[in-house]
Amino acid sequence: MPRRVLITGLGSFWGGRVAQALEGHPDVEIIVGLDTHEPSVPLERTEFVRADQSYSILSRIVKATQVDTILHTFLVVDSTRVSARQLHEQNVIGTMNLLAAAGAPGSSVRQVVVKSSTLVYGSSWQDPTWFREEMPRVGAARSRVERSLVEVESYLRDFAEDNPHVTVTLLRFANVVGTDIVTPITKALQLPLVPCILGFDPLFQFVEEDDVVRSIEFVTRVGLPGIYNVAGDGRLPWSEVAAICGKRLIPMPPVATELAAAPLARLNVELPQELLDLLRYGRGVDNRRFKAAGFTYGYTSAGAVHNFAGAVRLQRAVGSRRPQYHYEQDVEQFFRHSPAVMRDPEENVT
Amino acid sequence: MHLPGLAGQPPPVDEARLSDVDEWGRSEHMREIARRLYEPLYESWFRAEWEGLEKIPRVGGALLVANHAGAIPSDAPVIMHGVETEIRRPVYGLADHMFKAIPVVGTMWSRVGGVAAHPENAYRLLRDQRQLVLVFPEGTKGTGKVYSERYKLRRFGRGGFVEIAMRAGVPVVPITVVGSEEAMPIVAKVPSLAKLLGVPYVPITANMLLMGPLGALVPFPAKMRLRVLDPIRFDVPPDQDRYSKSRIMDEAEAIRVKMQETLYEMLRNRRSVWFG
Repeated sequence: MPRRVLITGLGSFWGGRVAQALEGHPDVEIIVGLDTHEPSVPLERTEFVRADQSYSILSRIVKATQVDTILHTFLVVDSTRVSARQLHEQNVIGTMNLLAAAGAPGSSVRQVVVKSSTLVYGSSWQDPTWFREEMPRVGAARSRVERSLVEVESYLRDFAEDNPHVTVTLLRFANVVGTDIVTPITKALQLPLVPCILGFDPLFQFVEEDDVVRSIEFVTRVGLPGIYNVAGDGRLPWSEVAAICGKRLIPMPPVATELAAAPLARLNVELPQELLDLLRYGRGVDNRRFKAAGFTYGYTSAGAVHNFAGAVRLQRAVGSRRPQYHYEQDVEQFFRHSPAVMRDPEENVT
Repeated sequence: MHLPGLAGQPPPVDEARLSDVDEWGRSEHMREIARRLYEPLYESWFRAEWEGLEKIPRVGGALLVANHAGAIPSDAPVIMHGVETEIRRPVYGLADHMFKAIPVVGTMWSRVGGVAAHPENAYRLLRDQRQLVLVFPEGTKGTGKVYSERYKLRRFGRGGFVEIAMRAGVPVVPITVVGSEEAMPIVAKVPSLAKLLGVPYVPITANMLLMGPLGALVPFPAKMRLRVLDPIRFDVPPDQDRYSKSRIMDEAEAIRVKMQETLYEMLRNRRSVWFG
């Protein structure tokens, strides 16, 4: 049966990449992408619709396009990118609107995939070494982004319960590194000296960005319900992560670390609360459930870091990791719809 | 002294790694340094002597259970050092989560084989990775007792160690230690300070009284004798959601009684605290 897919956050790093991956599937009939800003990757046949932050037009789009699958890649997990207010609008209100649209009477939606983060487990000294999907976090969420993700997940649980006919997948991704993605961690690893907390050398677990895209594609294809941790095998100490990137560490004091980190923000080194917790205690998640469901990882945690370090070295030598792409509405429209463009029927899947 | 590598199945090699810190934070390299540093203490200071080492399984998971004593307990490093040098299998020592929150100490403890005492951690180590895991069921109640209560075993928690062994399908191997009580005896405790610092106890030890500040860390050279008791296997299927609570409590109490009797017997045969 041909699939009709809606991707939220098309302009975000993940939305664009997932859309690119799905374009290669012949059984995906249409792909509609929503975002507040334009996609940053070249797309062949994905239709882009501009939305406001809280996705209030979503129910109209779902009704008009009759999509059967919604991929929710729009959740903000990097709190340094947006303000507190925006974060709440986008994560909590955006998801509420999305679930309302998907669960409306007569809705065509049969599958919802949500990209969340292992941030929901938090990071504290009382943590088990490995979190399994059903294990609760220790203590209440401390940072804004963690609170919003916990809230989003509870809405999603209610939605899954109320709509048993919809396949709901919740993917919790470990810290992502890779060729293109920019996060507070990848930024910290490119500083001349990498910050750490004196006396702590916590274990980190990573997932490579290609594995993230592949995992979303995988659950979309096979229709896998449930909650899954997505993280590479193994964990490695922060000191080793820095060493792989060829960097030395600069210790921050173990007491009043927040105060010490605050002036760094002025130097454009943002270390949000959740990252400071991680630099102290680390986090590990059990990735075996997703493997048992049939997914194979391309990278281990250490392999992902090596891949990232290689991309950074390439950038230093040639100036960019990949050529930049600029979305231009008119040009895209012209290439897609103008009768003047000669289309090769072999290549064009539309 | 040269110590060859330890036996047991090594974790899958990830050639992308630069260090040998495993997923629990243990580093065999750091362990070897620790063993080299601890060797004189083990051989010459405590003159540790084992009985029944052959009862510790050479393959497969097993939960080592021991009595726990001394303000800074010497039993943990002695057992870990002894088993690793004699049997050449790594030992993961379960300890209170509190360790993780202390700078330097938490990291060092984890590098030399310490793991936070969480049932899930014990289960994964025992069941999935078939390792030796050391646990002290008395916890800080054992180390925090004053000298007049020496060798009187405290309650074994809520029997959690029995439940984990059942779930993981591994035997419990009890180990009794004589000597750790006298290595760093607590003469008094300062409960108000302990409450203020948020730690289980703040001890005043005989070592501090005799050696001053140095005594906070240096144990007395008590003779350490260790005896491994017969492994206890529970005749229950592993991986059950729950096990009979009364059975768990009974088994835990039976192990406690057995260890207590063994301790008394060892003390009956001990002629001197310092020479054994």
